[in-house]
Amino acid sequence: MIRIGLAGLGKMGLSHLAIFKTHPEVEVVAACDPSAYLTDALSKLTGLKCHSDFERMLADEALDAVVISTPSRLHAAMVEQALARGLHVFCEKPFVLDVRDGERLVALADAKERVTQVGYHLRFVGAFQEAARVLESGALGKLHHVRAEAYGPVVLRPKGATWRAAKSEGGGALYDYACHAIDLMNFLAGAPQTVGGAALDSLFSRDVEDAVYCTLYYPGGATGQLAVNWSDESFRKMSTKISAWGANGRLVADRQECQLYLREAGMTQAGMRAGWSVRYTTELTDEVWYYLRGEEYSAQADYFVRSIQQGRTNGTNSFRSALEADRVAAQIGAQRDAGQAAPRPRQAKSRWARMFSSARP
Amino acid sequence: MDRVLFGDNQFFGVNHMSEEKARAQAMRFQDLPAVIDVLDAAYQEGIRTFMCTTHERVGEICEHFRAHRERYPDYVFYPCMPYAHKYANAVTEVGMLEALRKFLPSEGALGAMLKAGMAVAGKDVRAILELLVDAEMKMFHGLATPVIFVQNVVTDLLLGLGMKEALGYFAEHVRARYGAEPGFITMNLPRLLDVLDELGIANPIVCANINKIGFRMCGGIEAYEEAIAARRFRPVAMSVLASGAIAPREALEYVCNQPQIQSIVFGASSRANIRQTKALIDELDALRDRPRRPQLAAA
Repeated sequence: MIRIGLAGLGKMGLSHLAIFKTHPEVEVVAACDPSAYLTDALSKLTGLKCHSDFERMLADEALDAVVISTPSRLHAAMVEQALARGLHVFCEKPFVLDVRDGERLVALADAKERVTQVGYHLRFVGAFQEAARVLESGALGKLHHVRAEAYGPVVLRPKGATWRAAKSEGGGALYDYACHAIDLMNFLAGAPQTVGGAALDSLFSRDVEDAVYCTLYYPGGATGQLAVNWSDESFRKMSTKISAWGANGRLVADRQECQLYLREAGMTQAGMRAGWSVRYTTELTDEVWYYLRGEEYSAQADYFVRSIQQGRTNGTNSFRSALEADRVAAQIGAQRDAGQAAPRPRQAKSRWARMFSSARP
Repeated sequence: MDRVLFGDNQFFGVNHMSEEKARAQAMRFQDLPAVIDVLDAAYQEGIRTFMCTTHERVGEICEHFRAHRERYPDYVFYPCMPYAHKYANAVTEVGMLEALRKFLPSEGALGAMLKAGMAVAGKDVRAILELLVDAEMKMFHGLATPVIFVQNVVTDLLLGLGMKEALGYFAEHVRARYGAEPGFITMNLPRLLDVLDELGIANPIVCANINKIGFRMCGGIEAYEEAIAARRFRPVAMSVLASGAIAPREALEYVCNQPQIQSIVFGASSRANIRQTKALIDELDALRDRPRRPQLAAA
């Protein structure tokens, strides 16, 4: 049995708690969260041992691994404490807010030979895995362009009361939302060399950006575009789509399906056909032992458990891999901070300019 | 429970196969008349139960049915609560405790809020749960709701966390306050049945994915088939077509050939589809129930 402790019992933390508790090879030993009303209710109704302090939990409990689902700013220090005690670590996304912290923690995990994983659950969605397989096979030919889009209804009003609305806490659409799309691009196309033309816009938030747009430049000459907006009410929930164009065709994937168009020249593998072929989530999804909000959440938890059992220290979504997404986010953020991001006229003069400026509170 | 129940995914842009299709449906059904037309079509085909989430737009539908009772004398609603994205988005926006407060009832304003505040302070999970159920039920006032379901995201969260008693609180409250039968939607049928047994909830109504390809049937299709054949509960089959991955006849044959399955819930957007599906279920049921003639030995 793998003995696990959980830190942070927000939306993701509770979801992880439910999933790990049902895993046949896991014993959830304890959890910690500063909200007494929550930990009291949990311990009263489920008998779960709860702490209000992370260090206390690490000191008092015999653990093999921790699952960290706290506000992003806290990740680095908590991961470090856990690794220092020799624990395997699953950390929610984004990995860390400062790339230097990330590099240090990757080195520490290597030195300690611990299993690490970050909660980029989209890499466990069947349709995206299929997309990665197609790209890996080379069927699309030389990659020309990749585009990732993520939209959803997270921030729809100026008022924001949680850490997600505070830049210093790691809030904002770049680190809290766009990171999923960035990681997905890394999954399919590898990490970009540089980024350019970043636009980070606030639609409602005062302190943070609600939308992120950017061009990415890949070592092989391909380009990418990232378009993320978490203030889009026309979506029922977060919706992520990735498209890739190569010399031999085009691929479009979202959570539900993977659509592939291949020219004759792209039929490099048995079973492939020219023209469109579509594979749906119903055929691409592997069964899990327990379902809560999507197979991918259970699948990533199981992957973490298996990594610990097998000593797999550089698997999917390892710290090293997640750090690549942090690096891209940092490059995009640096563009803004350097004032290079999407310069705009200060004054709305023409009728057209007014039309754009009126859309920006 | 009726044999055939009408679902609501198509009305709210939920489609497990295609986001484009989901968006097209959201556009088509953004105004109430389009929704009512389809519900009317289903009613005329003999489907008089609407199994719906507590999406805020269902409030408008309820309003219509209250205003035209004479047209639908025997119509019933099976509310499925909560519409989870409403809560999930609120938790992300304002945090867990604030989200909870936000969704507690505001009628009799102070009293209800105070009660809620005290409940949180006293960690009384039962009181909070009852208030949340009441808040979700408000839109159905004056309408028949003989079965009230808890949505799978909540059932399965409580199941995973091991908060079994909360499922019991829900069942007791729904019976006592609404004279309704509790129903449980789940993606983890065998595991849930064990817990409902433990809680002493006899012959429960449980709605789960039941389809020929085993899609989202956690525990495995064999475990589901065994449970349906051998355990005492009232199964409601959903996702029978696995979002269109199985051809209708083949899909419905699989379900209709398991006589213990009490009801089938499906959603459709056109009268033709509704009629075809209903007719197919009727036909397959009749085939299954047809008394077998004794085989005459060849003379």
